[in-house]
Amino acid sequence: MTGTDILLSIRGLTKAYPGVVANSDVSFDIGRGEVHALLGENGAGKSTLVKMIYGLVKPDSGEMTLNGLPYAPAEPQAARAAGVAMVFQHFSLFDALNVAENIALGMADPPKMRDLATRIRDVSEQYGLPLDPYRTVGDLSAGERQRVEIVRCLLQDPKLLIMDEPTSVLTPQEVEILFATLRKLSAEGTAILYISHKLEEIRALCDEATILRLGKKVATCTPRDTTAREMAELMVGSELHVPERAGKAPGAVRLALNGLSVRSPSEFGTSLKDITLEVRSGEVLGLAGVAGNGQDELLAALSGEITGARGMVVLDGTEIGNTGPNVRRRMGLLTAPEERLGHAAAPDMSLTENALLTGAEREGLVSNGFLKWGKARDFAKAIIERFDVRTPGTENAARSLSGGNLQKFVIGREVLQRPEVLVVNQPTWGVDAAAAAVIRQAILDLAEGGTAVIVISQDLDELMEVSDRFAALNEGRLSEVVPAKGLTVEQIGLMMGGSHGMEVAHV
Amino acid sequence: MDLSAINPVLLIASLMVAATPILLAGIGELVVERAGVLNLGVEGMMITGAICGFAIAVNTGSPFAGFVAAAVGGAALSLLFALLTQVALANQVASGLALTLFGLGLSSLLGQGYVGIKPPATGRLEIPVLSDLPFVGRILFGHDLMVYFGIAVVAVVWAFLKFTRAGLILRAVGESHDAAHALGYKVKRVRVMAIMFGGACAGLGGAYISLVRVPQWTEGMTAGAGWIALALVVFASWKPWRVLLGAYLFGGVTVLQLNLQAAGLAIPVEYLSMSPYLITILVLVIMSADKSRAPASLGRIFHASQ
Repeated sequence: MTGTDILLSIRGLTKAYPGVVANSDVSFDIGRGEVHALLGENGAGKSTLVKMIYGLVKPDSGEMTLNGLPYAPAEPQAARAAGVAMVFQHFSLFDALNVAENIALGMADPPKMRDLATRIRDVSEQYGLPLDPYRTVGDLSAGERQRVEIVRCLLQDPKLLIMDEPTSVLTPQEVEILFATLRKLSAEGTAILYISHKLEEIRALCDEATILRLGKKVATCTPRDTTAREMAELMVGSELHVPERAGKAPGAVRLALNGLSVRSPSEFGTSLKDITLEVRSGEVLGLAGVAGNGQDELLAALSGEITGARGMVVLDGTEIGNTGPNVRRRMGLLTAPEERLGHAAAPDMSLTENALLTGAEREGLVSNGFLKWGKARDFAKAIIERFDVRTPGTENAARSLSGGNLQKFVIGREVLQRPEVLVVNQPTWGVDAAAAAVIRQAILDLAEGGTAVIVISQDLDELMEVSDRFAALNEGRLSEVVPAKGLTVEQIGLMMGGSHGMEVAHV
Repeated sequence: MDLSAINPVLLIASLMVAATPILLAGIGELVVERAGVLNLGVEGMMITGAICGFAIAVNTGSPFAGFVAAAVGGAALSLLFALLTQVALANQVASGLALTLFGLGLSSLLGQGYVGIKPPATGRLEIPVLSDLPFVGRILFGHDLMVYFGIAVVAVVWAFLKFTRAGLILRAVGESHDAAHALGYKVKRVRVMAIMFGGACAGLGGAYISLVRVPQWTEGMTAGAGWIALALVVFASWKPWRVLLGAYLFGGVTVLQLNLQAAGLAIPVEYLSMSPYLITILVLVIMSADKSRAPASLGRIFHASQ
């Protein structure tokens, strides 16, 4: 790369927070029109690095140049004015406002609403991402919401587009549309800084990759010429343990759902429609689906948070559709919801108290209404040891744990209660590769021991790794349940609802 | 009972006067809540505005100076709330309740020398021909300026929220402060300004009670009007024109039941006295049955670190 081709050059960026160095002396270059991947595990410092480029965080030392000129944005407006745009991992959209209003908020000097609406239509169609400017964002699908973010960036003619895990909420078909758009942008000379955990996607899309580990740059590679496994090992810094399973014939039916239909308790939720399935002893059933297609409701219907007709849920031949969570827990139907803070764990309570909350019934941590603190503490300690949860002790608040560690704790808490049937939603969401392998192995070991497991996840690679049988949720309905072996990505995508009726890119 | 004693023209004219305090306080609180802040100190800011306005109007002889002082006083007290909730990140509900108690105490302290004094009269709008028209003249053109000011504020707030960029930013901050922060908007600055606007409006509403509606100073004279204004905002689904409607409905039933009491209707006085509250809440509950909802970040504390 010659000097004139370099768009953004980063030299020695360092940022420390109390107790942790997020970035230490990171340097690399991004060329014009280059698609540059930024790789690393959770906590490797990717987010902090892009926040410094986007002006949300000020570096402690180091410098950047953009187009050969010194570049030190004090705030996002300055970054946007310089031609740097960002699509956030957790969408920074306002549900109650419409598409045009959301886009106007991201612009320094927006035109009149009517002109803006016309421009949104033009630009979104030009890049194969059709959008109606007057729809309320709260009603859009995840893929459409992301389009809003991308179009918001495109309207400012960015020279550098930063994308933070853009595909984690998309179906494979939607990913294809997105990639077509990104390739077109790159061909027009826009550089893209692309952050993702999904190594195969990076191999398909990116020209160059920078790999971070514990805040430091550890390697640069050309993704096309590097295998996913090699990149993963560069990220982790050691050999990756792939979960193993022993093939085994499934046993008797443990859990059966018969025409389960329940209304979603929340306004923007998805109601479940006529879901019928069964899970056998020793079997893992994988359920895919884009977020918001009924996953949370299904978990709630299984845990007993939503009750329905008696016969809709059958556990070991007993009809329990109308019973609450405690009865189901006692019978051995355990669940681990997706939302770690607030649903799976009470953020401000200690780990012991959190262990008590779901373990009280099966672990005998309560007698005559009084709590057995000693026993609860031992139980929490056992979880921490067995799942390598990194925390100073059992009396720390759940909130103080990092996402991955808390996830290990909440999954471990259910696994150690020897469930008859275990239902987990997004078991490794936001968890780094090594911890994810531990959690998946625990799920497989549990199935080995005769438990029936349902894994609900948006991570297809994970589902293919652990599932015996596979199905997808789409708008509250369940697809056909098929053996997981030999399924192609295309087939899975179609089961997930294809591109949700969204038009395919015309680029 | 003599219903003919009730004059419909006077009834409508006086309901507009009765509604103005809660209208002003309500529209101010609406802006605060649309920015995502729940300030339960409306009552305290109203009573502080009432005494500030009263004292300055008496001392200067100018009701206009009184209203300006009321707005400044209300805004100054709300600044205390802003300091607690936006800088010290204190709980908004507790801070708001404390503000009400503080305002009530502060106003009785300030008002010690003003009991029993008559304030200077606030001018009425007199348009030669129009004000003399039968029926409509008295209803539409015969009020003091603050009545029109209240309606104007509702119109301005509505247009501000709907059509201006600053209004869009304010709504965005109230919907999701994290997303607004990520886009680079100054969440705290927007909220502090909204809180001060709410304080100024509440102060004006309070001064309207002490300078026009009653007009004199007594301790605790706002008598729960701030709480009515708070409820009004919720039942009006955070929509400006519904606040106007709710305020006029409340004012109307209040005036009507007073007239009915005077006319000697054979219903116990207690039932008549509670009727404005019941009817206003009932109507607005029915109206708020549509899909409208609270600003998503309402009452949540914003901390910039992430």
